[in-house]
Amino acid sequence: MREDWEVVIGLEIHVQLSTESKIFSGASTKFGASPNTQACAVDLGLPGVLPVVNEAVYPKAIAFGLGVGATIGERSCFDRKNYFYPDLPKGYQITQMDEPIVIGGQVEISLADGSTKTVRITRAHLEEDAGKSLHEDFHGMTGIDLNRAGTPLLEIVSEPEMSSATEAVSYAKTIHQLVTYLSVSDGNMSEGSLRCDANVSIRKKGDDKLGVRTETKNVNSFRFLKKAIEFEIERQIDILESGGRIAQETRLYDPDRDETRPMRSKETATDYRYFPEPDLLPVVINEAYINDIRKQMPELPAQKRVRFEEELGLTAEDANLIASDLGLATYFEICATTCSDPGMASNWVKGELLASVNRDDLLVANAPVTPIQLGTIILRIKDETISGKIAKTIFNALWQGEADSVDGYIEANGLKQVSDSSALEPIVDQIIQENPKQVEQYRAGKTKVLGFFVGQVMKQTGGKANPKQVNELVISRLS
Amino acid sequence: MEVTDSVVKNIAALAQLQVDKTELPRLAAGMQNILDLAEQMQSADTEGVTPISNPLDATQQLRPDAVIEQDQRELFQSIAPATEDGLYLVPRVVE
Repeated sequence: MREDWEVVIGLEIHVQLSTESKIFSGASTKFGASPNTQACAVDLGLPGVLPVVNEAVYPKAIAFGLGVGATIGERSCFDRKNYFYPDLPKGYQITQMDEPIVIGGQVEISLADGSTKTVRITRAHLEEDAGKSLHEDFHGMTGIDLNRAGTPLLEIVSEPEMSSATEAVSYAKTIHQLVTYLSVSDGNMSEGSLRCDANVSIRKKGDDKLGVRTETKNVNSFRFLKKAIEFEIERQIDILESGGRIAQETRLYDPDRDETRPMRSKETATDYRYFPEPDLLPVVINEAYINDIRKQMPELPAQKRVRFEEELGLTAEDANLIASDLGLATYFEICATTCSDPGMASNWVKGELLASVNRDDLLVANAPVTPIQLGTIILRIKDETISGKIAKTIFNALWQGEADSVDGYIEANGLKQVSDSSALEPIVDQIIQENPKQVEQYRAGKTKVLGFFVGQVMKQTGGKANPKQVNELVISRLS
Repeated sequence: MEVTDSVVKNIAALAQLQVDKTELPRLAAGMQNILDLAEQMQSADTEGVTPISNPLDATQQLRPDAVIEQDQRELFQSIAPATEDGLYLVPRVVE
């Protein structure tokens, strides 16, 4: 039975640190360059070269550590992890084994039922990325691009504490939020800035011992992470239920076939023969340096969520949605400050703004309507200059570049709401006169027809009438 | 730990070195000597001594985050056995 099994998942997340140059060389880390134009002698592992550590990786790694409440390794060391693969020209990867920069820590993840769960972090260490192998056909050979070799990574290792694919995705999203909030990484998954390795095992419910795990490597989207883990769970249960055994192996997820496959079968067991990197000395970080970073820490997503809920009165769902992305949260805060109405700002941000951003595939930061402009639109609704419907027209005009100022556009197009009774009364009277049948229905108690009259007046005035006032006028005229 | 011929073979395989069968006993004995020496050192009293990960009493100097390398692909690829479209070509890696 499926229900008899318990799933245990741990994630290793590789986050690319947003630096200009590589972790051990002065070559550029810019994405998308022509192959091997950003691979220097150090990245190629040519004889006689020495690594020199990039200072920019420390504030980023430490900010992450502080963000998850970890211990910062005041003394951290590099080690060599030895293996042979053509995209690793040195024959070893420089990483951190015994003395990493970040030790321990934890994050709160949100579950589907609205509750939260704590997932502990084992460690996070600095290391260099490998190059890229292109397996398309080069006359039966493999092409190697070493531009990515030496790119600084922070590998974040979780405890095996997640018990479903959904939880694992929630954890990965939480880490993604955190590293983008802290500017540790640009978090651009399509460019490989955040990649997940999922360790999955299953065991009979109640068992203390962990089952044999498989590691599915290099999953670069949340959707694929969910699918890869779900596939792995089903596959492992099928094997165990039919009396088989799980092989401890490394697998790859193939999105085209929605399945995981073993990556390479090795004749010998993996043995990376770690040893201290002789070319690099220990890096010592003092307390003052860590405190400086602590002082510069921005508000974190979890803190923002609480503040949005408790101080600004947003619903938990809205606070969660808006705080999930730093760009969105910043936009919302500027907009809410401009119009002094967090509730309306939240409705517009999650409604019109998000819909438009998604439709045009833009980043919130690049939205053509600025948060101050949206705040002004909301102000004009609140002071009854315009109706909500006209507000949407203005929003779209700004978005399409047909307008550059809210008030200017209202003025130029005569969009001011008509709240003047003397202007509205004749229109209301005319409509009542033209529709005797509806008047009769209304007087017979079918008050729903009220909407019909209001609609007609709005139509006549091109949406500019103040709906509240029209409502009152129609009622007084009909009674 | 006893260094047998098969241990030497395994280490050679991991290091991708070809070792002639006749060399195995000599290499095994050499490695055994190293391990024996390490074992002898294990008996030293290290109570209260912090392990060192580097013998030098110094810490690492860091460099500023700046791009200082120019593109030298042509020069580097002039010594590569095979290249195409800017890529280094290697015998096919089967996944």
